[in-house]
Amino acid sequence: MTIPAAWYLIVSALLFGIGATGVLVRRNALVMFMCIELMLNAANLALVTFARVLHDVGGQATVFFVLVVAAAEVTVGLGIVVAIFRKRHSAIVDDLHELQG
Amino acid sequence: MVYAAPWMLACALGGFVVLVAFGRRLGEPVAGWVATAAIAAAFVVAVVTWIGLLGHHNREITETLFDWLPIGSYQVKVALLIDPLSVTMCLFVTGVSALIHLYSIAYMHKERDFTKFFVYLNLFVFSMLLLVLADNLLLTFVGWEGVGVCSYWLVAFYFDRDSAASAGKKAFLYNRIGDVGMLVAMFVLFTHLHTLTYLGIAAGASTLTGTQVTLVAIALLFAAAGKSAQIPLFNWLPDAMEGPTPVSALIHAATMVTAGVYLLCRMSHLLVLTSSGRATIAVVGAATAFVAATIATAQSDIKKVLAFSTVSQIGFMVLAVGSGAYAAAIFLMVAHAFFKGLLFLGAGSVIHGLDGEQELSRMGGLRTVMAWTFATFVIGWLAIAGVPPFSGFFAKGDVLKGAWAYSKPLWAIGLVAALLTAYYMTRLFVLAFTGDPRFLKAVGGRPALATPHESPWVMRLPLVVLAACAALAGILGPALDRFLSPVFASTHLAPLSSASSDSLIAIDGVVAVVGLAIAWWLWRGRVQRPALTPQFLARAWYWDDAYDAVLGRPAERVARASAEVVDPLVIDGAVLGVATLARRAARQLRGLQNGYVRSYALLFAIGTALLLAYLLARTF
Amino acid sequence: MTGVLATARTVPDVLVFIASAAIILGGAVGVVASKNPVHSALNLIATLIGIALAFVEQQANFLAAVQIIVYAGAIVILFLFVIMFLGVDRNESIRLEPLSGQRPLAVGAVAVVTGGLIALMAAGGWYSGATSVIAPTDPSNDVGALGKVIFTSYLFAFEATALLLIIAVVGAVLLARRPPASLDAVPRADEHAVAAGEELT
Repeated sequence: MTIPAAWYLIVSALLFGIGATGVLVRRNALVMFMCIELMLNAANLALVTFARVLHDVGGQATVFFVLVVAAAEVTVGLGIVVAIFRKRHSAIVDDLHELQG
Repeated sequence: MVYAAPWMLACALGGFVVLVAFGRRLGEPVAGWVATAAIAAAFVVAVVTWIGLLGHHNREITETLFDWLPIGSYQVKVALLIDPLSVTMCLFVTGVSALIHLYSIAYMHKERDFTKFFVYLNLFVFSMLLLVLADNLLLTFVGWEGVGVCSYWLVAFYFDRDSAASAGKKAFLYNRIGDVGMLVAMFVLFTHLHTLTYLGIAAGASTLTGTQVTLVAIALLFAAAGKSAQIPLFNWLPDAMEGPTPVSALIHAATMVTAGVYLLCRMSHLLVLTSSGRATIAVVGAATAFVAATIATAQSDIKKVLAFSTVSQIGFMVLAVGSGAYAAAIFLMVAHAFFKGLLFLGAGSVIHGLDGEQELSRMGGLRTVMAWTFATFVIGWLAIAGVPPFSGFFAKGDVLKGAWAYSKPLWAIGLVAALLTAYYMTRLFVLAFTGDPRFLKAVGGRPALATPHESPWVMRLPLVVLAACAALAGILGPALDRFLSPVFASTHLAPLSSASSDSLIAIDGVVAVVGLAIAWWLWRGRVQRPALTPQFLARAWYWDDAYDAVLGRPAERVARASAEVVDPLVIDGAVLGVATLARRAARQLRGLQNGYVRSYALLFAIGTALLLAYLLARTF
Repeated sequence: MTGVLATARTVPDVLVFIASAAIILGGAVGVVASKNPVHSALNLIATLIGIALAFVEQQANFLAAVQIIVYAGAIVILFLFVIMFLGVDRNESIRLEPLSGQRPLAVGAVAVVTGGLIALMAAGGWYSGATSVIAPTDPSNDVGALGKVIFTSYLFAFEATALLLIIAVVGAVLLARRPPASLDAVPRADEHAVAAGEELT
């Protein structure tokens, strides 16, 4: 309650950075997905922080919706990974590079 | 009555339009009669205008037809200046043109493009009248260009002949080169005087500086050299003999080639202000008269002799202009129109009668076969040689008197040129009309001509009329001088005493007879005299070859370099290079699409980083 | 605003913050750095719990609960299902990096982004006063406040997310079902030719 917003925002930024690094560096599709979840959570943390300091429950409502969308996204995303894995028997994204110039 | 002048233009233009629209349907010979009638009507209007001017109190009438070009605050109008000079020019232009139109009806009989010929001729007369009647330089320039382009069309009339097409091109190009001079003169005059009308220029000429006036004078001389075939732009006129003979008679003897002299005379108020300009003009005239006369002595084609003769006679006119004897120049112009027109039409009659033969060495003895042509040709010959009492004697005499008053050396050159004139014209006459009828023999691929025929009356009538004019025009001298003098600026030359005037006249007559006698004695009975016709003269002092070597070949080399090097390598290279560059760039850029999702994500990250870097830079 | 922040920082608050931050960041590093995908998933759970802790600290109790139930309890379980089901729990070789320059550039770009974010936030005073507030927070009844806002101001968004969930379910069912044998998509021959590196232009 008395923690300055700045501290939480820094944590949020760092979490976002780590998640971004993970997306760029890891080659397993599922791990990449998890890193995306990290980024989403960083955003959620920032939103809740702002809701607290600005006394606006809109921030919390936004987090609520982000949660719902993340769930839907994971559902569909993992469905796609499963469908691709059935053909290729590999979850490494680097093996999918036919659409090239 | 004096305001009837625009009808002259309307008649000629009307003839042109009618022939363009209906000529094909009218066909031969009706189209020819229509054209002749149009020009004859123009002549009648010219006479009416002249009578009107005589009775008018003011001898400088500007008749405005309509406003034309606004240039800033200045308005160029289409207006006619009706004064003694323009009326004199109109009279002999329409008169001689009408006669030549009549002549052409028979000369161009059975030609493939009979109607087209008359279309061009009428347009030519319209342009020439516009040139002469205009009251400002810009409108004159319109007529100037008009006669130039008609000359091109008419010289290249037999366009399927390579030599004719080239000659037409040559005529037009030389004219165009001269036009640069006219444009420069117009620019200078407009910049400093803010007017292009002749009356305005005459009024304001004294406000120009000496260098400006001299520049304008030299520029106009250059333009006149192009149009009137003087040194250094005379080479096109001999080649222009490729056109049909009536064209040579009309355009290249009587009218177009006199346009340059007319322009210089119009600018007399400017010329009196520049002694160096006048000196240059006089020297150019004298030099041209002499050089062209020497070349004419060595030519073997009847039309080429007459062509160089024209160059030489116009040289006399230019000499007169430079000497300040403007009225004498116009007098010689009128007389020259008569006798040179006559000589060309006579030559045309000979060529027509001999089925196209133009070489003097294959003529001879035509006196008995073509009596009318012979008789009129005699008059023309004597007139141009300067034998009294024909017109040439008086006209050339006036010119030489003016030259004597201006500069004795130039007078001497002029006298030598007059001697040569008598010589080469007599040579031509002797070879063509006297001696054995060489045309009876088959020579060099051409079969013998059994019956050369005299021309039909339609061709003989103009010959007779012109012969009468050439014979009698000498009377006009003093009257013409009185009529024209108010137009020109006075030159403050001391008038000749009657004693010196008489002795000059006597010298002229003697010189003419001497030249005639020498030629008669040398060429009677002889066809070839190689010693008297050296290659140097026959090839026109190698002038054409010099131009070819100095200007023609380098220009061709540049053109070839442009076509073979610049165009394919530089220009096409640049254009194709752009395409190649695009292709190569695209190939490089294609590398970005390597199909890996992670590298696309990396590009996202890099883009975001750049954006944030920009925002950071802006904040700090 | 001043009312809430006027009270002094208390030691327990700071300790809780440090703990949550440590769990969050530690778990995140673990997700990225684990060779085994299952380990990554477990580290993800840790991060999520850390986030929930931070939510509680910031009086967003309901959200903390929802976070744990939905994220840790459903989403990560889903991840684990797929990992086990597909059998991709083999160790991925972390060292191998086929794309040249990917790692240094990635680290660099992300560093710039993160640093830039922090710097810009610092320069902007970390947060601004909002010009309009949807509804005030109510620390004593955060569920009620949240519910009131969702069913009034954000009603359209609520309905849209409901629709989104239906679409997601339908999509997942379609994607995951085994296609009948006759509807096989890309024939094998093309894949071989393309995999051999032929240019397709």
